Amino acid sequence: MKLLDAPKGVEVKIIDYLGGKGVGLKLRQLGLAPGKKVKVLRHAPLEGPIMVEVEGRSIAIGRGIAAHVKVGDL
Amino acid sequence: MRIGLIGQPNCGKSTLFNQIAGYKAETGNFSGTTVTFTESQVRVLGDVVDVVDLPGTYTLAGSNPAEREVIKYLTSNEVDVVVNVLDASNLAHGLAMTIELLELEIPMVIALNMMDEADRLGIRIDVRALEEIFGLAVIPMIASKGRGIQPLFTKAYSIGHENRLATRPRYSNDVEQALEVLAKNLGDVESHLNTRALAIKLLEGDEAIIADATSQKPKLADDLKTIKNGLQHQRGRSIDWIIIGERNNLADQIASQVIKQGKRNITFRDRLDDILLHPWLGYVFLIAILYLFFQAVYILGGLIEAPLMDLFAQVETWVISLVGDGDGFFTQILVGLIQGVSGGVAIVLPYLVPFLIGLGLLEDIGYLPRVAFLMDALMHKIGLHGKSIVPFILGFGCNVPAIMSTRILEDKRERFISAALSTLVPCAARLAVVFGLVAFYLGPVLALGIYLFDLFVIALTARILSRLVPDTSPGLILEMPVYRVPTVRTVLNKAWWRVREFIVEAWPLLIVGSVVLAILNYINVAVYLNGLLRPLSWILGLPYEVGVPLIFGVLRKELSLVMLGQALGSMDFSTVLTPVQMITYAVFVVFYIPCLATMVAIKKELGRKAMYQIVALTTLIAALAGLVARGFAEIIF
Repeated sequence: MKLLDAPKGVEVKIIDYLGGKGVGLKLRQLGLAPGKKVKVLRHAPLEGPIMVEVEGRSIAIGRGIAAHVKVGDL
Repeated sequence: MRIGLIGQPNCGKSTLFNQIAGYKAETGNFSGTTVTFTESQVRVLGDVVDVVDLPGTYTLAGSNPAEREVIKYLTSNEVDVVVNVLDASNLAHGLAMTIELLELEIPMVIALNMMDEADRLGIRIDVRALEEIFGLAVIPMIASKGRGIQPLFTKAYSIGHENRLATRPRYSNDVEQALEVLAKNLGDVESHLNTRALAIKLLEGDEAIIADATSQKPKLADDLKTIKNGLQHQRGRSIDWIIIGERNNLADQIASQVIKQGKRNITFRDRLDDILLHPWLGYVFLIAILYLFFQAVYILGGLIEAPLMDLFAQVETWVISLVGDGDGFFTQILVGLIQGVSGGVAIVLPYLVPFLIGLGLLEDIGYLPRVAFLMDALMHKIGLHGKSIVPFILGFGCNVPAIMSTRILEDKRERFISAALSTLVPCAARLAVVFGLVAFYLGPVLALGIYLFDLFVIALTARILSRLVPDTSPGLILEMPVYRVPTVRTVLNKAWWRVREFIVEAWPLLIVGSVVLAILNYINVAVYLNGLLRPLSWILGLPYEVGVPLIFGVLRKELSLVMLGQALGSMDFSTVLTPVQMITYAVFVVFYIPCLATMVAIKKELGRKAMYQIVALTTLIAALAGLVARGFAEIIF
């Protein structure tokens, strides 16, 4: 499953990144590394970004990037 | 002695810096880049030391200009001791960079900031254990309340003097072995990094450092490849992630050793996003907050501006009567001088100061990233990202703070487009022209029409510009910091540093420009100026005399109305201009060349080339928009 499709309020685990190194690096810098648990907090309206929680911090991620993050059940 | 402050974004590093920095703190750029740092002198144990606030970065991987400059600076021997500011409520995340800093082998102290925030979240940190693990001093503190600052700098001072190093981190055996082999192969490659750190950066894939090392020793490329392949084979994963993974694991491990998680206190602040980022309530609040911000600045500005301008008008009359030679040379120059000075005062004090304070508040509360979240989808429709809405809104008050606020955008393309667009936003001075000319003589509906037309032109320009300069950024990844109560000192200091930039750079130009125009006026070059702009005024169907007011309008936009009256010989514009001419003139003034102060701000923020490009672009847009307006007005009148 992609992070973009993860339902709101459910905790999932990051499995891997699809796509280039640049995106993966930035995500890792913000603590969204493979193995970490994330929870989708909210979706912005009008096809806007999503907001996730990882280790108690909130991070906004554009849809394009969220579509490149593979997640799975805990 | 020089102390460098380093930490990740939102760790409270700037709050710490502002608690100690004086009003004389200087903002500078790393040579040849737009990466800025702030430096101030501070007294520690009777000695004067320099404290540098380095830009906040998540890592030192060299993945963006700020990271590259920071690592270069830290290893250049210019810094005697590093203060690594950590957010105690977010320790594991911050420790990854601490480990990265320890690789550099420079004297270091940890400032464990936001202890109150950690308390609230039920996080108890064993400071002594943390000190033992790293072999360095850890000072718990709350920068926003001024707690722990003195012990921190006293400690940093003594460690800087002793040049004491911490224990360097050890990674897994296979990585350590790979590093050892690589270090042996490095031979006499010269670098500002120590051998081990250089080996780590090479393995990690820092492109700039690899390019530098392999240019010194071409054979290294093959060695590096062999070692990388070996490690990748063993681990069964890409080398890109091995080193970062090692650091993250080590950080998580250390954090779990020193942290005891207690009960978390959920407060109103944790629920705030449910309201402020609500699918539709969020937008109601967004509009309300920005409207209030704008109104507050606008009303406050008006209150300060009116008496100030009266005062300067009195000074002007007084000076004219004092010199007593009527339209003589000296009087003209003095009047030009006074107008230049008052122009700066009228822009800076009434509008810029409240704007910068307001912007600083929104920034430090943590609302700006939320604006980006809410507006991202909408701004995508015109080819921009969420944060670009900020300069755009500020532009309605004054374009100068709008240009300054493009600083909050990371991407160069985004900054250029946002700056160009915000110069098209009609500021308060241009509002005066639209109201004084169109609303007063032709009615408010047409004035509103000009505003709507303006928004249409901005959206159209955005579409065209974003097509011409394609977007290369992958999209939004932005941390939403916890809402915080800003400290007065931080907000005021930041506003003051930015105002000082305007005073030092734009104001003198305004004064000189004003005097030069006064001289030109005295030696009667008006005729030539009008002639020079005749092709333009002819196409737009405007009177011959508009050349001079338009040129003066570049100094200050409202002059294009005041001087128009003087040039045409009547302040009752209905007797000297047709309705079509009024509309055409107002539209042209709204769009043409940003005022001098704005131009200086553009040059400062984006460089000379961007300034010329924006001047050319706005002139073109103004001429086209003027033509459209003329055609439209011919039809309705």
